[in-house]
Amino acid sequence: MTSAHVALKGVTKRFPASAGGQAVHALGPIDLSIRQGEFFAVVGPSGCGKSTLLELIAGLTPASEGQIEFEGRAIENEIPDGIGVVFQEDACFPWLSVRENVEFGLRKAGVAPDEKARRVRDAIAMMGLGEFAPSYPAQLSGGMRQRVCIARTLVAKPRLLLLDEPFGALDQQTRLLMGDEVLRLWREIGATVFLITHALDEAAMLADRIAVMSARPGTVIDMVETHWPRERDSRIVEQESFGATTSRLWKTLREESMKTMGRSAAAT
Amino acid sequence: MGDRAKSLRNTIVLIAGLLVFWQLMYAVIGEVAMRSPWQTMRYTVTLVETDFFWVHLTNTLQAFAVALVLSVVLGLLIGFALGLHRLSAEAMEPMLVALYSIPKITLYPIILLAFGLGMSAKIAFGAIHGIIPVALFTLNAVRSTKPILVKTGRVLKLSPPAMVRSILFPAAVPEIFTGLRVGFSLTLIGTVLGEMFAAQHGLGYLLMNAIGLYNVDVIMSVTFLLVVFAAGVNGILLAVDRRLHFRV
Ligand SMILES: Nc1ncnc2c1ncn2[C@@H]1O[C@H](COP(=O)(O)OP(=O)(O)OP(=O)(O)O)[C@@H](O)[C@H]1O
Ligand SMILES: [Mg+2]
Repeated sequence: MTSAHVALKGVTKRFPASAGGQAVHALGPIDLSIRQGEFFAVVGPSGCGKSTLLELIAGLTPASEGQIEFEGRAIENEIPDGIGVVFQEDACFPWLSVRENVEFGLRKAGVAPDEKARRVRDAIAMMGLGEFAPSYPAQLSGGMRQRVCIARTLVAKPRLLLLDEPFGALDQQTRLLMGDEVLRLWREIGATVFLITHALDEAAMLADRIAVMSARPGTVIDMVETHWPRERDSRIVEQESFGATTSRLWKTLREESMKTMGRSAAAT
Repeated sequence: MGDRAKSLRNTIVLIAGLLVFWQLMYAVIGEVAMRSPWQTMRYTVTLVETDFFWVHLTNTLQAFAVALVLSVVLGLLIGFALGLHRLSAEAMEPMLVALYSIPKITLYPIILLAFGLGMSAKIAFGAIHGIIPVALFTLNAVRSTKPILVKTGRVLKLSPPAMVRSILFPAAVPEIFTGLRVGFSLTLIGTVLGEMFAAQHGLGYLLMNAIGLYNVDVIMSVTFLLVVFAAGVNGILLAVDRRLHFRV
């Protein structure tokens, strides 16, 4: 039995009322246990608190209630070592070239210069950015910038990789290929992956387990095991169980998504 | 490279246009208040050969240099302090804008009384023109840094000084530089204005004196030199500015 790498117990998040607004109950309560080395995906309707959940695990924001543990130690508003994050938004540093951006990910890693250069080169090549290494982010497309951020996170070889819709800005074919890349990496570095995605097929294809979240305040309403072998790639989309997983996800989510849509339609 | 050639061509066209306009103005207004471009340049050559011109020029440059350093240092300090502290920024920004929009000349009597005639008054007058724009641009630059960049720094576990050095500062540089460019021009205006109203030295004094003596040649030459200096430095700063903004 593999041990829990990340554990959440009764975690909720409320944002205090800001000027003229009201307090937002964004998330929870959530209980979750992510296994060491697992590829874990989260799907849920827009605004249900997925990004908030990621920030809680990354230690970027404190939980209102409950406890979060990473590698057996509580995260109390302090960012633990060994976590890498790729955010939903473009987080490239515009004043650094692609190569310098990726190098930035190794600032604190304390690796030898030649090892550093090698890792940076590999990460850039793997993301298909080789010829753009001297370019600046302003010269790249949105999808390419996102790849720079992924490379910057991967060079540090995190033990827990948090990905917030990292392929959102990519086209479908690149998405599938990046999915394969992430799978390969996941096997290679043996990291635990926590992937947030809008795309149900992406979750079904990549993950060992998929948590389905309710509309805000987000809670886990379904947990789907895919039982994929560890050695897998995008070709599994041809398999029958892929379709079954996707449709199960959709069945659960359809109603929830309609709730959020209905709410915003009623509000306007 | 095509871009550079184009911008060089534009600059030349602009300068030629200005010269033509100048000549036309001269044709309309005449000798009473103006000299032609050619006459002005000829007189400028004679002027820069005199010793007294260099005394005044050095004096102005000294005052301007000190005023500029004060504007930049104080402006950056105020801008960073307020920008990093959201609440005080919200309280102070409208006040800075209000201060900025009063005609500085109304403060002149106070400055004169406080600093007396001469160097320090000029410097103070130059600096009050420059500090606020530098502070306002810096404040906005720091405040508008994308939170996601700061978050990235936090995930990478940067210490607070490293955060300022490696993220907040570089993120703010293009905007700050624009502030410096504006601050440069305004500090120059302030310094020369200061000299015009109460000083015994400097290009501003030279101008005011020439008006008293009705010496149109000196007025035209000094104005010409000031314009060339301001435009030249601004052109260089603008080129750097564009470069920096291109990356963002
Ligand atoms: N800093 C904040 N202050 C107040 N409310 C916030 C804050 N951050 C998020 N929220 C609210 O919390 C809820 C969840 O936001 P979150 O960004 O986690 O959603 P999400 O599931 O990631 O959405 P999406 O799929 O569109 O990215 C939203 O209703 C949002 O308005
Ligand atoms: Mg989100």
